Amino acid sequence: MGAHLLTLVTFIPVLGGIIIAFIPREKLDAIRWTAVAATALQLLVSFVILGSYDRMNPDIQMVEHYSWIPAFNIEYFMGIDGLSLPMVLLTPFISFLAIFSSWKIPKAQKGYFSLFLLLDTGMMGVFVSLDFFLFYIFWEVMLLPMYFLIGMWGGPKKEYAAIKFFLYTLFGSVLMLLGMLALYFSLEPHTFNMIILRDAAPEIGQKLLLGMNAAKVIFMLLFVGFAIKVPIFPFHTWLPLAHVEAPTAISVILAGILLKMGTYGFLRISWPVLPSATLWFALPMAILGLINIIYGAMAALAQKDLKKMVAYSSINHMGYVLLGMSAMTAAGMNGAVFQMFNHGTITAMLFMLVGVVYDRAHHRDIDGFGGIAAKVPIYAGVVALAWFAGLGLPGLSGFISEALCFIGAFPVFTWITIFATLGIVLNAAYFLWSYQRIFFGPLNPKYENLEEINKRELWTLIPLAVVVIFLGIYPAPMLDLMSGTLNQLVDIVKTAGMMAGF
Amino acid sequence: MDLTQLALSLKYFIPEMVLTGFIVVAILYDLFLKPETSHRVGFVAIAGLVVTLGMLYQQQGIPATGIFANMFALDGFATFFKWVVAIGAALAIWMSLDTKELENRRVGEYHILILILVLGMFLLVSATHIISIYLSLEMVSIMSYLLAGYLKENSRSNEASVKYVIYGAFSSGIMLYGLSLLYGLTGTGYISEIQAQLVLGQVSPVMLVLVTVLLLAGFGYKISAVPFHFWTPDVYEGAPTPITAFLSVAPKAAGFAVLIRFFNVALSQGDPNTPSWLALPGLDWPMIIAVLSAITMTVGNVLAIQQNNIKRLLAYSSIAHAGYMLMGVVVADQTGIAAILYYAGVYMLMNLGAFFVAIQIKNIYNTETIADYAGLGFKAPWIGIAMAVFLFALTGLPPTAGFVAKFYLFRALVQFGDGFLWLAMFGLLNGVVSLFYYMRILKAMYFDKMEIPEKLTAVPLHFNVLMFILVVPLLVGWMFGDPLSIWAAEAVQFFF
Repeated sequence: MGAHLLTLVTFIPVLGGIIIAFIPREKLDAIRWTAVAATALQLLVSFVILGSYDRMNPDIQMVEHYSWIPAFNIEYFMGIDGLSLPMVLLTPFISFLAIFSSWKIPKAQKGYFSLFLLLDTGMMGVFVSLDFFLFYIFWEVMLLPMYFLIGMWGGPKKEYAAIKFFLYTLFGSVLMLLGMLALYFSLEPHTFNMIILRDAAPEIGQKLLLGMNAAKVIFMLLFVGFAIKVPIFPFHTWLPLAHVEAPTAISVILAGILLKMGTYGFLRISWPVLPSATLWFALPMAILGLINIIYGAMAALAQKDLKKMVAYSSINHMGYVLLGMSAMTAAGMNGAVFQMFNHGTITAMLFMLVGVVYDRAHHRDIDGFGGIAAKVPIYAGVVALAWFAGLGLPGLSGFISEALCFIGAFPVFTWITIFATLGIVLNAAYFLWSYQRIFFGPLNPKYENLEEINKRELWTLIPLAVVVIFLGIYPAPMLDLMSGTLNQLVDIVKTAGMMAGF
Repeated sequence: MDLTQLALSLKYFIPEMVLTGFIVVAILYDLFLKPETSHRVGFVAIAGLVVTLGMLYQQQGIPATGIFANMFALDGFATFFKWVVAIGAALAIWMSLDTKELENRRVGEYHILILILVLGMFLLVSATHIISIYLSLEMVSIMSYLLAGYLKENSRSNEASVKYVIYGAFSSGIMLYGLSLLYGLTGTGYISEIQAQLVLGQVSPVMLVLVTVLLLAGFGYKISAVPFHFWTPDVYEGAPTPITAFLSVAPKAAGFAVLIRFFNVALSQGDPNTPSWLALPGLDWPMIIAVLSAITMTVGNVLAIQQNNIKRLLAYSSIAHAGYMLMGVVVADQTGIAAILYYAGVYMLMNLGAFFVAIQIKNIYNTETIADYAGLGFKAPWIGIAMAVFLFALTGLPPTAGFVAKFYLFRALVQFGDGFLWLAMFGLLNGVVSLFYYMRILKAMYFDKMEIPEKLTAVPLHFNVLMFILVVPLLVGWMFGDPLSIWAAEAVQFFF
């Protein structure tokens, strides 16, 4: 394909953002619709990419490969495979819908939508880059708009949340930068090309750094960077704050797409490039996944604030991804990536629904409602669907991916998996309990005149619901897309690990 | 040393002679001006710098040469710094014409002093003999004292100048002692001959360490490295802001130039232009500098967190940046020095930019307090965006050139091997610390007061143009082939 589809899908949003910067600030609708157009176009291109993707070929496709800074062998190298394609589909999909959730952003709309679109480009760039330097640039570029989006349009503690998010992530990134440089210098000629690095994995595994195995040192450096993004316990403390303080659409982006960048980073770089270190760290990783599952669920159970509960549910859901991907089995790996996609759609619904009720009631106290199902039946219905998807009800997409993660992990980490299933129960507990407190029981007289969900809000939720239901009943199309690449990835890690004596 | 040889050297000295010519013209022109029109000297000064840059451009391609009996060198290394200094000076004069601090005051001498300062730095970056090093260093210092105290009736400006003089005299005295010891030990003042003597290994290592430490007092003072930094915040706060901006960039760059040249030639073995170059055996100065670098960046960053005055904050941040650049000196090989050159160029753009915004805000609101920046991002969107770019660049975040500059420094450190990975770690974590205080400014500008609809109209157009000139190279200058890095790599060429 000479169509530069990946460049297009990455840079269309930022072009929209630049156009918005030139629209006078009074022309609100022009600003909004430009944002819609940019993300819609991006979504369209992502469908074209899906259409021309060859699912029989597990290797990278639609490659765009140019020399960028030749003095340092830095390349403009983009390509996708079965690991990145689900994310390439997810990003424009969620971004497009999140634009509609941002419709009523109160002030400085021009800045908001410009930054939003810049954020979109940053995220997409991460998922299509195959040069580590390029990857890092996109990874960092995404921080700047996020800082402003939380800090300017967020809740009461927005400034603290914004700087905490920024400092945390930057801390992770600088360690990642060090790991990246160490990788760069581990090969002759020096390269950031992830494919070359992957093929040279056995050589990297032999090197020494600071008297230790280079692969392990680099793995740990990258680990911190990615773990903060996921976030893996104990690096998660920025998340509840940022998610709660951010405006609805940004929470959707944070939970729906941003968190995936962490696990994507593991699977794109750490796993194939440092397989021996990956196997060395697989068990701790699974245990961290277990902690995420149990801790996230327990913390969610304890929350009084609905948005915080949803935020903690993300920690729980990302735990399944960690468990699945550390098992190094085909089922676990497919489950992990599928869960990344599903969590993106489900959590987007959850945050949007929280936003809907917050816009009307101006609070998110779970105990502050009561019996509103009678007043807002449609809303209650959609919430029920999202909540069930969140707790992993069979027939909805979350179930399939969680089940795959467990199936994949069970033969490898039997006891961990058994404990992890406890998480499912806790998961159901907090979702159902909160649902009950909000919607059932006697009607709180304050909400006598609660408005029903409006058409715009409903239509942003319906596409998500359709995807959740469809993939819950018939997951094969999505699994087909990724299984080739992921099975190959499992093989790469296992073979390389065996050579290194695991 | 016959006269014909000296006369032959003159053709390698054209930029300096042009600059001197303009200094004379400026002095004469100033005689005919009334105080209220004396700012016109600034235009002469800018013209002089532009012509000088043209002459520097003419010198491209000349192989490294010693001039005036090898007291000075004309090489790629010196030329690179001359560019940085001259461009920085032109921008500083541009801003001086705009600042209200210098209003109602005779400013002819001010611009002339800046030009003389530039001439001093031209000499400093190319000096290759301990006498020429010392003399040009003093020339730079004395002009800096005068300029820092230019606001005569302002007590802070006076304090700045006096502090500057006292610290400066003290540390240059210490350095002079070190130079005299070195001369006594080796019997020569040419830095390349000093190397030839020291390599013989007849000088005791204790003596060498002592000399190194004494010299670092002088150089460290010029680049404001800890523990020779105490003058920096007070001088930066008291001096007229364009001068502060200029001092934070140009003399610092020139200080780095002479530091690198001295350590790389005199205290090393082998030709610094070849890969076989090594630090002098028995004198682990890379380690000394590494420790200095780690302390400098940490102290600068930690103290910056507390500051509420923008000039003081940027002063401490400039200390931290000296620490970052010292990381390149630690690995004083080709990549390390190229990284410093690149950093010096980028640092000039981003630091001048941040100071220029501070000047403009002071012109309009007469404040230097960060809290008073509240809502500025909405009142003056263009200044806000420009400031955000400068601050992100100073933090070292992509997609700005500030990131690339830091990246090259870390790259040099990691490439060096395991030895200085700890320093790279230090530098990276310091970057995270610096994020906190740089973002305090952005927080004030964007988060603190969001609803101010009316725009600020007092910003002159030419200031916006200046911001544009600084922002564009920072944002996209490196994305297309990165010409500065190619130039920096070629410029690592010493006269030896």
